Amino acid sequence: MAVNQIRSMERKKLFWLAIVCIVPGLLIYGFFNLLSICKTLQYSTLDWNGMNKGLFVGLKNYAKLLKDPRMSGAVAHNLVLMVTSICIQLPFALFIAMALNSVTFGSKFFRTVFFLPMLFSTVATGIMWQLFFDPMSGILMKFLKVFIPGMKNIAFLADMHKAMPAILVVICWQFIPFYMILLKAGLANIPAELYEAATIDGANRWNCFWNITLPQMIPTLRTSAVLSMVGSLKYFDLVWIMTGGGPQGATELMATYMYKKGFVEFEMGYASSIASVMFVICFVFACCFLYVTRAREE
Amino acid sequence: MKTISLYDKLFKVAVYVFCIVVMVITGFPLFFLLANSFKGMPEYMKNVWLFPKHIYFGNYQAVLKPSFLRYFLNSFIVSASGVMIIFVCGSLMSFAFSKFNFKFLRALYFIVIAGMMIPIHTTLIPIYTMSNQIGTYNTRIGLILPYVSFNLPVSVFIMTQFFRESPKEFEEAAMIDGASKMLFFRKILVPLSASAFSTVGIYTFLNMWNEFMYALVLIDATEKKTLSLGIRDFYGFMTVNITAVLTAILVGSLPVLIFYFVAQDKVINGLTQGAIKG
Repeated sequence: MAVNQIRSMERKKLFWLAIVCIVPGLLIYGFFNLLSICKTLQYSTLDWNGMNKGLFVGLKNYAKLLKDPRMSGAVAHNLVLMVTSICIQLPFALFIAMALNSVTFGSKFFRTVFFLPMLFSTVATGIMWQLFFDPMSGILMKFLKVFIPGMKNIAFLADMHKAMPAILVVICWQFIPFYMILLKAGLANIPAELYEAATIDGANRWNCFWNITLPQMIPTLRTSAVLSMVGSLKYFDLVWIMTGGGPQGATELMATYMYKKGFVEFEMGYASSIASVMFVICFVFACCFLYVTRAREE
Repeated sequence: MKTISLYDKLFKVAVYVFCIVVMVITGFPLFFLLANSFKGMPEYMKNVWLFPKHIYFGNYQAVLKPSFLRYFLNSFIVSASGVMIIFVCGSLMSFAFSKFNFKFLRALYFIVIAGMMIPIHTTLIPIYTMSNQIGTYNTRIGLILPYVSFNLPVSVFIMTQFFRESPKEFEEAAMIDGASKMLFFRKILVPLSASAFSTVGIYTFLNMWNEFMYALVLIDATEKKTLSLGIRDFYGFMTVNITAVLTAILVGSLPVLIFYFVAQDKVINGLTQGAIKG
């Protein structure tokens, strides 16, 4: 009896201790994350400019969103970003990682330099590349002119058809090093015996790549792919700094459109409905991510 | 028996050539920033590619002014206090999630972890309006708390996993010696988890140091702006003076670069681990 009583007292003490441990973090998290998401969903049903009371309009914002050509353009650009992230960044990152692995002399030095782009903040990267792309004084133009004398100046970021590719180049520059490190860690986990056995059996490098490296790398590649998918859906900083979504919406993304609607045109209700759509899309993709990583662990 | 075939040699050369090309692409901007930060505009127009012929310090004079150093201080205050709050709140939460056995904790854990899936941009508008209502608009604390909140889920995830893997024997031994649960946490669990703390610390610090969107919305006063905003403002009114802008970018990136060259493995590990988990 007494032992039980002591135990339950002990347990009660532990219970309160756990509560005390949790509360500070949970308050911050609950206020800024959970409450804010709910508020975004609530705002998305309002016709509201951020100052006045706001008028309840139900799902009208979403109906408007469906017909908004700027929104569909933004979603399309997000998808382009996603596809290039996966189809360009990952293969390049894999090649660089493999090259780095087969280099014997100076591999540490190469790795140090290869990772550099990740260390600049997005603002720094954006402004730097904006200067590089400048038609008059930018070094990219000067570089091209060395090979093609008399070439006309190209305003990469002001041309509707060249702005998006230019941004994609910068994004690749910025993020390939990151995936390189991820994939390099994956490569290190492939047992060396596999390669030895294959070489004894007379396989060349090409065979080794297709039959050992690639199949062994599938899990890591999958994780990286989903990571870049989720990342490219909420992309904002670089585009906002370099083009602000322009020229004529050629580089508009969901996040930049939301920002414009909310903080430039002050249609907070409409902007909230864009945010809600982003939330749902990201959530779905993130669930896929969880599903994929779970599947890998089992 | 072993001979290196011509094919192998060629392959080796190709790999090195490839590595050098990649090195130029990834490393060139840093060289470019460094070389051009010592040039005046007239020399920049004539000689973009190489080291300066005449060393010119005007750019550094323009950048290293109290107004620009202020941005550093602000970024540092915001990021450092953010990391501190995360260390305290996050480790306490992880401690509860990993070493206490109550049903409601499991549910809460999942709610917190689910935060990793919320894209932070979707909370921008409510946080902006709330900060106006509660009066934290334009204050550093108004920026720190949202940052803490966004980085908390990843931090809790990493730390909880780490705490769970710590051997049970330590806890039992501590209990037998009469240590309270809190004492065990402070004296044994936290010191043993230095590597988890360093991963969390580096990842969240860099996240906050580089954050742009929330700083853009929540901070308006010049004296409270963080480095991201500061570099952008500097670019705004120095547009024609390209070398000064390049210097500002270099100086702004310097703390992270120096830290990287000192503790490379830690930084790479912190950045990648944090992102995989997050």
